Amino acid sequence: MHIAIIGNGISGITAARYIRKLSEHKITVISSESDHFFSRTALMYIYMGHMRFEDTKPYEDWFWEKNRINLKKGFVKKVNHQDNEILFTKGEKMKYDKLILATGSASNKFGWPGQDLEAVHGMYSLQDLEAMEKYSEGLKCAVIVGGGLIGIEMAEMFHSRNIPVTFLVRETDFWNGVLPIEESKMVGRHISENHIDLQLATELKEIVDDGNGKACAVITSKGERIECGFVGLTAGVHPNIDFLKDSEIEIQRGIVVNDFLETNIPNIYAIGDCAQMQNPKPGRRPVEAIWYTGRMMGETVAYNVCGKKVAYDPGIWFNSAKFFEIEYQVYGTVLAKMADNHEAVYWEHADGRKSIRVIFDKNTEEIVGFNLMGVRFRHEVCEKWLKEKTIVEVVLQDLAIANFDPEFYKSHEHEVLNIYNQKSGKNLTPKKKRGWTQAFNFLNS
Amino acid sequence: MKLIKNIGLTLFILALTIFVASLTLSNHTLTEDVLSKNVPNQYHQEMIKQQAEDLMGKEFGSNVAFINAIKPVLNNSLEALDKASGVDRANGIWNAIPEKLPEGVSENDYRMFPNTVDDYLFSLTKYSANGLLPGNSNWFFLLSFILAALGGLMYLLPDLNLIPGIKNNQIYDSPATRGITFQARMIFLGMTILASVIMIVFKYLLIGILTIVAGLFIIYKIQKTNKENKVSFAKTRKVTATKGLGWIGISFGIFLVLFYISLYFFPEYITNWTLMLDPVSESLSGNSAGRWFLYGFLYTMVMFVMGIRMLIKYRHNNYQLVRTGSVMFFQTAFAFLIPEFLLRLNQPYMDFKNAWPLDYDFFFEIDKMYGQGTEFAIAGWATSVGTMMFIWGIVLTLVVVPFFTYYFGKRWYCSWVCGCGGLAETLGDPYRQLSDKSLTAWKYERYIIHGVLVFAIVMTGMVIYTYQTGSSNILFFDSYNVRSWYGFFIGSMFSGIVGTGFYPLMGNRVWCRFGCPLAALMGLVQRFQSRFRITTNGGQCISCGNCSTYCEMGIDVRAYAQRGQNVVRASCVGCGICAAVCPRGVLRLENGTIDIDNRVTELKTVHVKSISVTNGEFSLEGNEV
Repeated sequence: MHIAIIGNGISGITAARYIRKLSEHKITVISSESDHFFSRTALMYIYMGHMRFEDTKPYEDWFWEKNRINLKKGFVKKVNHQDNEILFTKGEKMKYDKLILATGSASNKFGWPGQDLEAVHGMYSLQDLEAMEKYSEGLKCAVIVGGGLIGIEMAEMFHSRNIPVTFLVRETDFWNGVLPIEESKMVGRHISENHIDLQLATELKEIVDDGNGKACAVITSKGERIECGFVGLTAGVHPNIDFLKDSEIEIQRGIVVNDFLETNIPNIYAIGDCAQMQNPKPGRRPVEAIWYTGRMMGETVAYNVCGKKVAYDPGIWFNSAKFFEIEYQVYGTVLAKMADNHEAVYWEHADGRKSIRVIFDKNTEEIVGFNLMGVRFRHEVCEKWLKEKTIVEVVLQDLAIANFDPEFYKSHEHEVLNIYNQKSGKNLTPKKKRGWTQAFNFLNS
Repeated sequence: MKLIKNIGLTLFILALTIFVASLTLSNHTLTEDVLSKNVPNQYHQEMIKQQAEDLMGKEFGSNVAFINAIKPVLNNSLEALDKASGVDRANGIWNAIPEKLPEGVSENDYRMFPNTVDDYLFSLTKYSANGLLPGNSNWFFLLSFILAALGGLMYLLPDLNLIPGIKNNQIYDSPATRGITFQARMIFLGMTILASVIMIVFKYLLIGILTIVAGLFIIYKIQKTNKENKVSFAKTRKVTATKGLGWIGISFGIFLVLFYISLYFFPEYITNWTLMLDPVSESLSGNSAGRWFLYGFLYTMVMFVMGIRMLIKYRHNNYQLVRTGSVMFFQTAFAFLIPEFLLRLNQPYMDFKNAWPLDYDFFFEIDKMYGQGTEFAIAGWATSVGTMMFIWGIVLTLVVVPFFTYYFGKRWYCSWVCGCGGLAETLGDPYRQLSDKSLTAWKYERYIIHGVLVFAIVMTGMVIYTYQTGSSNILFFDSYNVRSWYGFFIGSMFSGIVGTGFYPLMGNRVWCRFGCPLAALMGLVQRFQSRFRITTNGGQCISCGNCSTYCEMGIDVRAYAQRGQNVVRASCVGCGICAAVCPRGVLRLENGTIDIDNRVTELKTVHVKSISVTNGEFSLEGNEV
């Protein structure tokens, strides 16, 4: 059986690896972006000079041949599912028995005037990175539009080369559609202390042409004109599925798939950023453009392709990011606007770059989520608490076993507990200590 | 801020220039006074005086000219004394004839030997110096050593104004730290290996041939398994992002290599540096500064300044602060000050933290240094400082090292205590990303480091055998030759010239990773029976590769992290930088007894857990499909 996978990102590659683990099918991974799999999340580090492109490849180049995973460079323009065939832009054809679509995302553009000018780019692909590199030489000032995770990464990239950045964010606080207000303010402060000109509640109205088809300035919704040599469009991403528009594969925002990651066409599957779940789990979005879900889908689809039906289950929500120097982790349900039946214990460090938020259900006292800034927590410990709906007081007393900061770091778990004690009038004391032994005992209890 | 940094950098470059130039800023005149002070042995003194008749009082414009003139004189003196004592190599008489020696004088007191010549060459060059530098050595001390340290600190301290966090910007853009291509690296390494093999073939044919054979065998073995496993070699290691030559790094590497060559093999050319350090040395040990004092002083000073750099760079990370403080302390106190004070107290020189087999000559001088009472060590252990040192050395290697390694992993030594490790973690920190992460590099590492361990054990066994039996011939080898092979090949070429000189070319842990026999020994403990491991944090890894890139030991940490497997590797020195640079909080250095036999089994990112994976095979180095 020949399994073709379009896209060599984390989803497609995970699928290929697991299919090889499970079977001896012929596997071909198709990409027009790069010869080999690299970590998209590390693109920023290449620009910042922390790593070379080679260093972002999780597997050495010989890995693919050794594991009999064929790599094909090419851009797919059409899928002929009646003939089990894909067509490349250069006229080539390829037969498949099963097809996995893992084509990822493309940057959003909302019809702004001038959005297709030169020196206007998103920050998603290797080609975007090359463009940023090209326009960075002699760059005096850059404008970034859209305050999400990619926007702040781009700001950090330019900042690393001392290129002044103006950062236009539609929301009144940075990423406040996702982060609770305190965390949102914290990141905002941190952006400003890095000398980024953060303009909140400001949108892009127009990108100005310099007369030669290249961007030279932007005009904001407040009417201000900002001169710049580069405009970064980072207002989110959408599934990269233009090439499927004329096919019979069902498409809404993304490629619609059932719990087994199957599309409406037999033998065609979709995973990762480009897939849209028909029946998302409660509390989950139909399209989740996240590294981790891509990886989980890749593993799940491999089983389904190889004939063992496994439903996709993303488990307890988790995610992470880094805002300049502040690391961010989230486990469970943490909403920007807290649900009415939820209550939070929030501790923030005096330096304003660290915080711990523990959210629980007011009525049942069950734990529902953790939001961490500048503090590391153990994924599995948090997951177990959340899965077992542990009572918040137990969690707070045992909080130390969740800590994953390096050795000798100052412990703050008791301060979180103190805040809870003040709120509730109780006098709870910490019951567990940091370290592997207690965490291990808990996980195996 | 930028201004202060630039001034600091300028001062540093100025000081470095003065430091190098100071080697040429002396005239040399051999006088009776110099001769009598530096050659106290009257037979040697008279003979040299006789041989050096034409040179006495003559002024030489440079140390090179002086050395060219005095070297033959010393060699002739050796020959002449040999002749006078009846030695006649041509006719097979290798030792002095007692009747020919002056009444009551032993052969050793009468004859000169090659190492006596080296000693005289060094001290006569050093103290025959006059002129600009020798006349103002204190000023030059300030303008080179001290000014360099101050300039360095001026360059580093303004970084305190940056927001604490990971600061690796532009490492791969800077010509100082971007490294060189794989091909260029192999050329440098090849040239060094070739040079040392040629030197050794000249001196000892047998070991030269053995080295070449062993080297070819390792290459053959690894290429064979690579072919079988379809692991390719060169293709994987292009440096795509390199924008030009790492010329500052290359220059720095060449400077370090030249420094080590002079230090080990031609110390007479760097006597002016020791001249500047005489006051410091005398205040500590009471002795004048020799080349090893120069090395120790420089080493400690460099570690201090670069240690401050490390403390500033990682001031948000307490593990790094404590660890860096620890290596700075052990270098200053244990490697530098205590041995000097011991000398002042007329005790044997000893670095109490330096464990065999890293301290490979520990058993060389059992008879001299630890001699008194050794055979009755248990009964008379308190009677002699030397014996106590000897016992401590044994306890350190046999008890302390394995016990601590079991408890904390080898990091307790390699990145908290060790001098080599300390330099790598301070001076070498800017180069940690240059270590080779490929599977092929790991295969070479295993052969070479364990090969050195075996060499060290065999060599030491022979030394002890010779001490016990008095016989130096074992099979076809002379045990004295074997120890000098080890000293030259491993002690000088590997740990010094390649180990440190290649920081900017191959990363900062070349010696620790490929050569150190103590690291190899502790690595075995760490791999098979230790509480230490680096845990990974569930599924949070994004495979970005920061951890692998900044692993100085060339461990592909990401291969473990992305599948959620704990890292248990013989080579890990526990520096903690992988955990520090991780942008997602995935790695943590931890100790625990509870799962000591099960440290690596679980794969936390395996998502579909209910179905067993039948065809899944993976190997230690992270190349599961």
